[in-house]
Amino acid sequence: MSDATVTQRTEDDALALQPIELSMQGALNLALRDALASDDRVLVFGEDVGVLGGVFRVTDGLQADFGADRVFDTPLAEAGIIGLGIGLAMAGWRPVAEIQFDGFVFPAYDQLVSQAARIRTRTRGAFDMPLTVRVPSFGGIRAPELHGESLETYFMHVPGLKVVTPSTPHDAYHLLRASIASPDPVIFMEPKSRYWNRGVVDRSRPDAIGARLVRPGKHVTLICWGSMVARCEQVAELAAEDGIEVEVLDLRWLTPLDEDAIARSVEHTRRAVIVHEAPLTAGPGAEIAALISSRCFRSLKAPVERVTGFDVPTPAGDLEDEFIPNIDRIMFGLQRVLEFRA
Amino acid sequence: MTRLGLRNCKALERGASVTDDALEGDTLVAPLNEALLKRAYELMYFTRLLDSALVTWQRQGLIPAYPPMIGQEAAQVGSALALDRDRDFVFPTYRELGVAVAWGVDLSGYLANHSGHWHGGRWNAAESRFAPIQAVVGGGVTHAVGWALGRRLDGASAVAIAYLGDGASSEGDVHEAMNFAAVLRAPVVFFVQNNRWSLSVPLERQVAGGSVAARAAGYGIPGVVVDGDDLLAVYQATSDAAAHARSTGGPIIVEAMTYRRGPHATSDDTGRYRTIDDELSAGEDPLDRLLATLHEAGIADDAWLAEVAQNAEVRVEELRLSTAGTEPIHGAEMFDLVFAESTPQLQRQQAHWREESDHV
Repeated sequence: MSDATVTQRTEDDALALQPIELSMQGALNLALRDALASDDRVLVFGEDVGVLGGVFRVTDGLQADFGADRVFDTPLAEAGIIGLGIGLAMAGWRPVAEIQFDGFVFPAYDQLVSQAARIRTRTRGAFDMPLTVRVPSFGGIRAPELHGESLETYFMHVPGLKVVTPSTPHDAYHLLRASIASPDPVIFMEPKSRYWNRGVVDRSRPDAIGARLVRPGKHVTLICWGSMVARCEQVAELAAEDGIEVEVLDLRWLTPLDEDAIARSVEHTRRAVIVHEAPLTAGPGAEIAALISSRCFRSLKAPVERVTGFDVPTPAGDLEDEFIPNIDRIMFGLQRVLEFRA
Repeated sequence: MTRLGLRNCKALERGASVTDDALEGDTLVAPLNEALLKRAYELMYFTRLLDSALVTWQRQGLIPAYPPMIGQEAAQVGSALALDRDRDFVFPTYRELGVAVAWGVDLSGYLANHSGHWHGGRWNAAESRFAPIQAVVGGGVTHAVGWALGRRLDGASAVAIAYLGDGASSEGDVHEAMNFAAVLRAPVVFFVQNNRWSLSVPLERQVAGGSVAARAAGYGIPGVVVDGDDLLAVYQATSDAAAHARSTGGPIIVEAMTYRRGPHATSDDTGRYRTIDDELSAGEDPLDRLLATLHEAGIADDAWLAEVAQNAEVRVEELRLSTAGTEPIHGAEMFDLVFAESTPQLQRQQAHWREESDHV
């Protein structure tokens, strides 16, 4: 390698680490690209991820750059995709599988729950299971049936699966890199309503551990993740106009939950509202509320509120805004905890 | 040209199960030599004795449950001997004692599954190249495809053998696995033990058309039917199939026609769904058939047979003692293997468990 080449490469590396403004889709694409480039055991596969670049173009250009052995289309069968990933991991690869839409996870659910999540235990640690499953998730884009589901509850309940969802391009980049690097299976839920929102990605500033304090406040904590974070920030802005200081906590990892971050925030604000798109009953909010009552009982000034999707099948586009927590409903949730008197 | 090597199993001649035109690019391996034949008999004899002992141990309360494989010794030992323990990988079901025996899996670790010690077993699955016992029917077949594809991408000439039964062939996962393997080119031998029974449901109500290997045509891959109770035929067919997978990088189906002579499991009652006449249709015992072959070839005298029996009895007794003497597993182990690193949640639950339950 000539000196000129070395100099050029150093400059490229320095340039590569400059903060860059990207959509979340672009940040995810960059994360996959960097993962493929930095570890030749990484494989990317799923339905339409090759030539097409994925229906959301998250894998755009990857097959052209890394070849059809490392980035490839599979037949249209979700159980097969996850089973394939498990076997590839057992053969020493680091598979990144895409399930095209949230609702199509169910055909693969057995492979995720009965197989991927248990391989480490079943083999007493003889095998790692570094399988990342990317799932475009949540609603908000007027999609057809079963293209807008919020399935984190189903995964959080499974011992052996990790569950994570980003809310910004920067987090999307670093959380996906961390998921791919993980020796455990990770369900990576991509908030499809946020794919095209832009933000600065700083690759020199890795940040993938635990929850993220989005906005400090002292009167009440809004606990949220994925697609709901931006909406909770809007709510916090509006509430600030009335002098209410809302703390917004983006959990990011739903398994394992950053319990300390939750407890720290609620100890401070003494009130909490949990916001999620998934249906109410036995949802993530129930678990988090139980955690808060156990860790922060003496500090609480009001019962924990949940603002969530309803216990109904995710409705079509016309009713999506009624189903997904909207600004009004989150504001009412805040009002209930702020006005509560024992 | 059809690439379907399907034949009527009754028409099969020993050791010639795959037609040359059925397979391209394969190199037929040498037939079993005398030493290997005797080795196969030893393994089958020991498997039969251990399998029967496990039923007894269940009746005695030593183990909670067991799915016997009596009658499938030739299919299991013959297929396992045809693969290479140093580079291939086995994906078993829960009824694969004979494969485990022939593959050389640590049997006290294997029995840890059936004794209720640890789900999946307790041998080192990575080092043994033998995946854990799979409780979900058809659940591990796609894993074989992933493993085989992964090894092909590495440039290794390694083959995965996925065991499944006629019942599993109804599972969607099995279709997905076969199609993935064909489309993505994964060197997998799908070894179907068609034992005619899926718990209580007979083959006629399980597999339309009666043959799983016949589906190979639809996947554009070779399919072979072999007399699964004929050790030589199974060995030859599986050797040829492995050679095909190794040389082409693609999959093949071998369907070994056999009969589940025992119940589905020790909790089963075959009298509720099949008759003695039906059981007699199983035909001649695979061990007797191999023994007859050994006698015909003049390579099994009484002294050797007595030694085989004696060695098997000693080993079975050792396994009984090791199974009976196994210390109960410590509860802490529940928590340690969920993730590579424990989580705060698991640590807290483990602490609670330690305080409240770990009294012994």
